[in-house]
This record gives sequence, C-alpha cells and structure tokens, in this order.
Amino acid sequence: MKLTNRSKVVSDKNMTMKERLYLPAIATGMGITFMHLFKKSVTVEYPAQQRPFADVYRGHHVLKRDEQGRERCTACGLCALACPAEAITMTAAEREPGEEHLYREEKYAKVYEINMLRCIFCGLCEEACPKEAIFLTKRIVHAEYEREDFVYGKDKLVESADSDKRIDVSIRQTPQVLEFKKDNTKRHNK
Amino acid sequence: MPIVTIDNHTIEVPEGTTILEAARKIGGDIVPPTMCYYSKLKGSGGKCRTCLVKVSQGSAKDPRPMPKLVASCSTPVADGMVVQNITSPEVLEARKAIVEFLLINHPLDCPVCDQAGECDLQNLSYEHGANTERYEEDRREYDKVDIGPNIQLHMNRCILCYRCVYTANQIANSRVHGVLYRGDQAEISTYIQNAIDNEFSGNVIDVCPVGALTDKTFRFKSRVWFLKPMNAHRNCTKCSGKVVVWKFGNEIYRVTARKDQFHEVEEFICNDCRYDHKQPEDWTIEGPAKLSKQSVISQNQYGNLKKPSIILPIEHRTEKQE
Repeated sequence: MKLTNRSKVVSDKNMTMKERLYLPAIATGMGITFMHLFKKSVTVEYPAQQRPFADVYRGHHVLKRDEQGRERCTACGLCALACPAEAITMTAAEREPGEEHLYREEKYAKVYEINMLRCIFCGLCEEACPKEAIFLTKRIVHAEYEREDFVYGKDKLVESADSDKRIDVSIRQTPQVLEFKKDNTKRHNK
Repeated sequence: MPIVTIDNHTIEVPEGTTILEAARKIGGDIVPPTMCYYSKLKGSGGKCRTCLVKVSQGSAKDPRPMPKLVASCSTPVADGMVVQNITSPEVLEARKAIVEFLLINHPLDCPVCDQAGECDLQNLSYEHGANTERYEEDRREYDKVDIGPNIQLHMNRCILCYRCVYTANQIANSRVHGVLYRGDQAEISTYIQNAIDNEFSGNVIDVCPVGALTDKTFRFKSRVWFLKPMNAHRNCTKCSGKVVVWKFGNEIYRVTARKDQFHEVEEFICNDCRYDHKQPEDWTIEGPAKLSKQSVISQNQYGNLKKPSIILPIEHRTEKQE
C-alpha cells in the first residue's frame, strides 16, 4: 500500500571508497556549521530580551476587582463549567456583614484554584464569566519545581487592591464588548 | 368522554380534565409551561398566566373560538374543542410578554442564586423570553428571612405563584404560611415569622419554581451542575424515603424529593430525610437520577449519551481499498 510519493526504497549496497573515508562528509558538515556563524541568530536572550506578544496572547489569569477594590468573582461556577480541561475549582462562601468593602456580591469565592498544568489557555472561562471577573493576561506562567506550585490559588490570581498595581485588561475587551456595554436594556450594564 | 384536539393531536380524556392535563397526556413540546400550577396541590394554578393557550373552537356544539387566550391549567375541556398552543404565534407572543412580566421584579442574581441550573423561571425565560428588558424602575427589595432553622426566604426572587402556600396548607394541619399585603406589595410570610415545625415543611423548597425558598443546609455549598444526582432510599417511618441525593464525590451535599418530567415532586419527603441524613451510609443508592438531556446538570455526565447509529462496530469495518 502506497500512501505518498515520498517514501524511499531502502537498499543495502556497499559504500564506495570515498564514502568509507567519511572525510568529505565531515567537511560538508563543518561547512554548514561554519556558515551559521554569519547567519542571523534565531534565539533571543530571554529575560533581558523579550519577543513581542500578540495582542490577544492568553497567559496567566487575573481575578479582577471593581473600581472600589471589591472582588468581582461571585463563585457562580460558570468558568469551571465552561473549562474544557476541568482546571478550575472553587468553594463559595457567604459574605458576612462588614465585609461589603471586600466582596461585591453576597456570595464570594473562598477558594479559587486554577491548575496551570491542566489549563490550556483557551479563554473560555473569560468568555463564560457573567461578572467580568476573570481575564487572561499577557503575563507568562512561570516554571516551577513542584507540581503543587502550579495550582494557583487566590493569592496568585486576585489582583492587588492598590489602584496603581491594577492589571490592565482593556485590550481583552473588543469593540463589540464595549458596544454591548452601552446597551442599557441589558441588566448587567446598569 | 370528550375528545379534544391540541396542536393537531387528538386525545380522549375524562370529563372535567383541564386542557393542561390533556396536553400532558399527549406529552412532548405541546405541553404548556407552568410556573404556578402543580398537579399535586389542590387549588393551585391560574396565577402566573404562563400556560395561556388559544381555543380556536369552543366545542362541537358551539364551534365559536373563545374570545381571549385562556389559562389552560384551569379551563376544562369540552367535546370537540380545538386548542392551539405552539402552533399559534399569538400564544407564543403572549407567553413572551408574560415572561417579561414575571421578570419585572425578579433580580438578575442567577450567579448567586442556589436554584440556578434547576430553576423553572430560568428555563422559561431562556426558551420564551426576550434577552433585553424595557423596565427601568428599581425592583422591589426585601431582606432575607429565615423561616425556621432550615429554610431561607428571598422575597426578591418570589414570583407569587402560591405553590408554597398551598403546600403548607395541605401538608400541615395548621395555617402557618401565607401571603400578606396585596398587589405589588404582596409577600410570602409565615405570619410574624413563626417557624414551620411541621415534619413536611421542607417540601416548600422543592415546589418553589424559583430560588425564593432555599435549603439553608445547602446554601452556597456548590452549584447544582457540579453534583451527581442519585436516586436513593432509606427506611423512613414518616415518608416513603424515596429521594434524590446530590453527591459530590462520596459526600452528600443535599437531599431532595424525586421530580417527574414536569418538574413536579413525585412523593413529598420529610424533614428528617431532607436535612438530617447526609451520611453516605444512611442511604441505599439505586442509580443515577434521570435528567432531561437539555439540563445543565447533565453536562459532562455521560449517562444519557446516545451513540450515533452510523458508526459501525470495528469488526464490520473494511479496510480502505486503494
């Protein structure tokens, strides 16, 4: 059965004298190696130098806070439901009186974990989120030595409440989203 | 016995049957949705207007159509009656308007609400409602009320279907639950917040079509679609003991009554079964509970999986010829 035309017929004929010397073959190989000295390097010196990212690059997630510094996530579980890799788990808790400055809704995520080894960075969690809480950013998920360290909890996911340390996700909001937000007949937008 | 035609399906039903019950006997898509009617509760129905249908021929004797859309849950059939439900655009348009009315005072807090995923109003509005709203005023707001130690009332979400009131009236001997005030101000109340101490009071949670009455022992524990509903039973002296346990791993998060295809409780269960027996060894598991294929709860669970018939078993497949 022949599927492609690229297959080669294998033969076991004896090598010639020139081939058995190997010297010409070594010279050709060295020539190719030497030629690369004058070619443009294909690698970059990573931490000092960085390649440009695409605008839509999807990396390390962020759990956003609202303008008043309250966590937006309400632990509705839609991100975990949408996640094709089943990387997200959460435990909800009820907001106590006096915690209104910390959490936006009466329910919040006490535990929110993303397993970065499972995550495939598809962005469906971001798409499913009804509260604009989770976004994927351009930050890179760092290498770790232990598997447990890849399970990111709220300490690594929730952004800082300081207004100057906020993570900008405006690039993730397409013109269609901004147009949708102007529509006041949708209850979310009020 | 009267013969009635509903959306071109003809059926013979006993005298006094309502149009809705006749439609349920036929089954399928032509069954009008209900938010307040509950076949197990005497006197329920006629409040939400979701089940409106068009009667295009009153009866064989008097073939004139009824002048307005009628509530199918409280209109008895007549011989030779012709009813239109989903075949009438007028009915569908009216139903859409009803959904809009029901949603006027219903908050958009599905991400917070424990009922989300098994909520009748959510399903109804997804199916019939418009995705925008025209109502600009503020919605009515109430504080949460604890009715007894295990039930929480969120009056914000209530659509005043009166199902819980009928349940309390019918199952309990004493009247402990009712509706106070009128019109826009109407609210479910336990009359100065008396705790319901009847043994079957927990059933108001199951009959509530929205998240107004919720189980406090399950509050914010999990979302229903992360749990596995399993039919289970135990020897109970008060009720039949046939329930659905909602499991997460080996842990039982909550216990509810079994529901039929119209989301109605099959057998009411007692508070003992519902609140106090959450150990796996309390229950004999029968097997996974049946869910509708469209339900969000059946996401990622393959009990309902239908294998496409077009895939041949391996031994029947032949190698491709060149």
